[in-house]
This record gives sequence, structure tokens and C-alpha cells, in this order.
Amino acid sequence: MTQVTVKRLWKNFGAQVVLENVNLHIGDHEFVTIVGASGCGKTTFLKMLLGIETPSKGEFLIDGEPLPGEPGPDRGIVFQRYSLFPHLRVVDNLLLGLELRGARFTGRLFGARRRRARQKADELLEAVGLQGAADKYPHQLSGGMQQRLSIAQSVICEPKILLLDEPFGALDPGITADMHSLILKLWNMNKMTIFMVTHDLQESFQLGTRLLVFDKVRIDPQSPEAFGATITYNIPLKGHRSPQPENHA
Amino acid sequence: MRRLINLHPNRGTGALLSALPFILLIGAYLIYSHARLAENPGDKLLPAPATIASTLHSYAFEEDERSGDYLFWVDTWASLERLGLALTISASCGLLLGLAIGVLPYLRAALAPFVAAISLIPPLAVLPILFIVVGLGEMAKITLIVIGVTPIIVRDIAMRTAELPNEQIIKAQTLGASTWQIVLRVVLPQMWPRLIDAMRLSLGSAWLFLIAAEAIASTEGLGYRIFLVRRYLAMDVILPYVAWITLLAFSMDWLLRVLRGKAFAWASPGGSS
Repeated sequence: MTQVTVKRLWKNFGAQVVLENVNLHIGDHEFVTIVGASGCGKTTFLKMLLGIETPSKGEFLIDGEPLPGEPGPDRGIVFQRYSLFPHLRVVDNLLLGLELRGARFTGRLFGARRRRARQKADELLEAVGLQGAADKYPHQLSGGMQQRLSIAQSVICEPKILLLDEPFGALDPGITADMHSLILKLWNMNKMTIFMVTHDLQESFQLGTRLLVFDKVRIDPQSPEAFGATITYNIPLKGHRSPQPENHA
Repeated sequence: MRRLINLHPNRGTGALLSALPFILLIGAYLIYSHARLAENPGDKLLPAPATIASTLHSYAFEEDERSGDYLFWVDTWASLERLGLALTISASCGLLLGLAIGVLPYLRAALAPFVAAISLIPPLAVLPILFIVVGLGEMAKITLIVIGVTPIIVRDIAMRTAELPNEQIIKAQTLGASTWQIVLRVVLPQMWPRLIDAMRLSLGSAWLFLIAAEAIASTEGLGYRIFLVRRYLAMDVILPYVAWITLLAFSMDWLLRVLRGKAFAWASPGGSS
């Protein structure tokens, strides 16, 4: 169970107010899509969730606990680019998360533990359709394959929350449909909460169980930086939640 | 007519063009050497190829009358040993310190300006201090090269580390990596090819410091020999020694380049993700 609660959150960089008075509650296993004009704080919001920005005022809680001030294994991230490790083959990129957790000092697994991890990695590779590319380096993959690997890399660690920062923004429009079904499949497999920033309105309606719109409610033409954006619409959507086998008590 | 920037030589022409400057240089030498020797058979400035060959033969394959050594190989080995040892020390220190400075903000704040200042000290100006402090032995020569080369490698590695996309470092943290694991599994493996690049770039200055140190205080070595025979205007020794040093430096550069290509295939051109 993962609950994300935001209470009267403000964020400013010096005199520039980016977010003002953001209030939000997200329950377990939601797929939250975030849209809004450029520069209205969607990415800042995601960065705060990730732990690389801190709120200026207000509370940001995950399961009642304040966010730690740095990224951690409970929150996975997929950036638009650059989140793969260029010196590791595809399968090693995928194994990395398991190896880092399994061996605190060497960061490498050997023997039976490595074989178990490898099996898990192979299953996930197949799920994301990269089984044929296991021994390639990231730069030998197409943009879409790189993003699939990057998503799988985060998912293998079973994070409670997965953050997606315009993950399909740089991709060929033709392959986004594949990516959509992939991300929905993984979301249903792992029962995690997803926050996805996108600029594609159709995508946000199609994928999400909840749509957040960030916008400025007040604008001062003399000093545009004086007011920040907030959540102007918080719309529950039908989404693609799969029927859950076990009922919640 | 196409623009000059769009005209490319084909393979054969390219090879020919690369050889051309060398051929021209050797040709010019032969012509001038011949002309000077015709005027004065005792001229020492541009010795004939045959003279060079026989001198080189006696240095490389005949025992020295006084010491019983094969001078050419003794000199080569002495110089390569100093250079190899110094480069190994410089590369290890440079890698460790550069990584630490690049990864840890506290160390960066404390050490980056210091290393930048140190790297601006002209190493040859410190040479007298080295001779006074550590004596005239091997230590002084190796230390000179280390002092000259290490700061450059440190700064290069620190900068390359800082240039790694921040996304990678964040991603590693979301996979549960500690600082140590990030260094071990993410940063260090990506710095190996950078270290080789840094070493290739510093080879030139390393040779410079080696020869300078050998010229001043030594009893064997390529630089020592050149400066010794200079007194007798022995161009028939100096010229092949210079060519040999150049060849050695070129081979080291080539070996490092091949090693980089073979061992770090992911870092070949176009290899960014």
C-alpha cells in the first residue's frame, strides 16, 4: 500500500514562485498523469517526489513519512534520455539493481545468486520484448528499445512508486502505442503507483487513472514570476486497471 | 567543382599522402647531407646514412669498450623503466584523486582549486628542489614526471566524472546504490577509457620531463646519451636516438589506443546513449 499526500506545498527558486498551495492525496496503485504548460512546475513536482528538490513550504508525505532528501530505491525513475549505463550490456543494465542490493560491498553477484538474478532479468527482458538484445550495448539499441530497457531497469527493483518524466517524448509516434501497452502491463504486474509527466493530452487520458493539470490561477502581468502554478484539475479516470484477483478486506 | 571540404582522398591516395611528408623529409636530408659531405668529407652535422647505420650497429650490437654494455639497449631500458614507473604512479594517483574530487562535493570544494594551482607550477622549476630533497638518483627523475603529469590527469578525470549525465547518477540511486557502489559500478568503469585518453595526452610531457631529468643527472638513458654525445657533435648518435624516442612514444600511444578500442568497445565513436 502506497499513499502519497501533499499538504499546502510551495516551491520557489528565489523570488520566482513555481508551485503554490498544492494539495493532493493519491491512493494505492494509481496511474497519475500530469499535464500542464511548459514551466508550470510539473517537472519540479516530479523532482520533489524523486528527492532531488526540496519543498520550500508545506508537507510531502509518502505513507505518512516525509520524503527523504535524496533518491532512493522505493521511487524508480525513467527520464526522457540518459538513464541507461552505456558501459553495461542490456542484461547487465537490468541486473544492476539486483546486484547493487544483493552485494553491498562489491555490487556484483556470483554463482547461484547471480543465476537467480539472471533468470529474473531474462523474464523481464522477455516481458519488455528485448530478449534478443541481451548482449548488446545501449548505444546499439533504438530509442524505443532504450526506453523499454530503462523502464524494465526501474521495475526490476519493484519500487513502490515509478516516476516517468516524458518517457516517450523523444520517441517515434509509431511506437508509442507499444510503449503504452508495455507500461500498463508492468503497472498491473507490479501494483506500483505511477506518476507520469507528459505533454501529450491524449496519452494522459488514455493511460491514467487520475489526471492532474498544473496551471497558474493568478497572473500578475507586471511580475509574471510572483505567482506559481497549482493543481487546477484533479480528474479521476477509468484507466486500464486490471480486475484484481484478491479482494481488499 | 565541389567545395574543397567535400573532396576526400580514396584509400590509396590517403596512404600515399600520409607517407609524403616523411618521404620529403628524408629526401631533403639525403640531398643536403650529400651536398655537405661532397664539400667537406669530415662534416659532422648531417652524417651519411651509412655512417648512422654503422654507429647505430656498434651501439646496439657491440659491447661498449669501457663498460661492456650494449649502450643502446641499456639506455632504452633505463628510460622506459623510469617512464613506465612514473606513468603507473601518475595514472593511479590521478584516477583515485580525480574520481574522489569528481564524485564528492566536499572533496571537490577542498581540493579542486589546490590541484588547479599545483598543476600550474612548472615542473622543471621544481627540479632543483627535487635534486636537493631526494638526491640525484632514480627517485628525482620519477618524481619529476609524476609531478608534471599527475595534476593534469587528476583534473581531466575529475572533469570527465562531473560530465557524466546527472540522470545516470540519480538512476543509480533509485536502484539503491550507495556512494561506494556508484563509484565502483557506474563511475569507475566509465573512467577507464578516459584515463587512457588522459595518459595518451600526457605522454608528450612525460617524455619531455624524462629527457630533461636525464640530461641533468644520470648515468644512462636515452636523454642522457643525447646530451653526452652532444659535446662531440655526434649527430650520427643523436639523430637515430631522436628517431628511436619518437618511435617509442608513437608505439606507446598506438598501444594505448588499441587497448582502448579492444577493452572498451562501448566507448567507441558514436557510443553514447
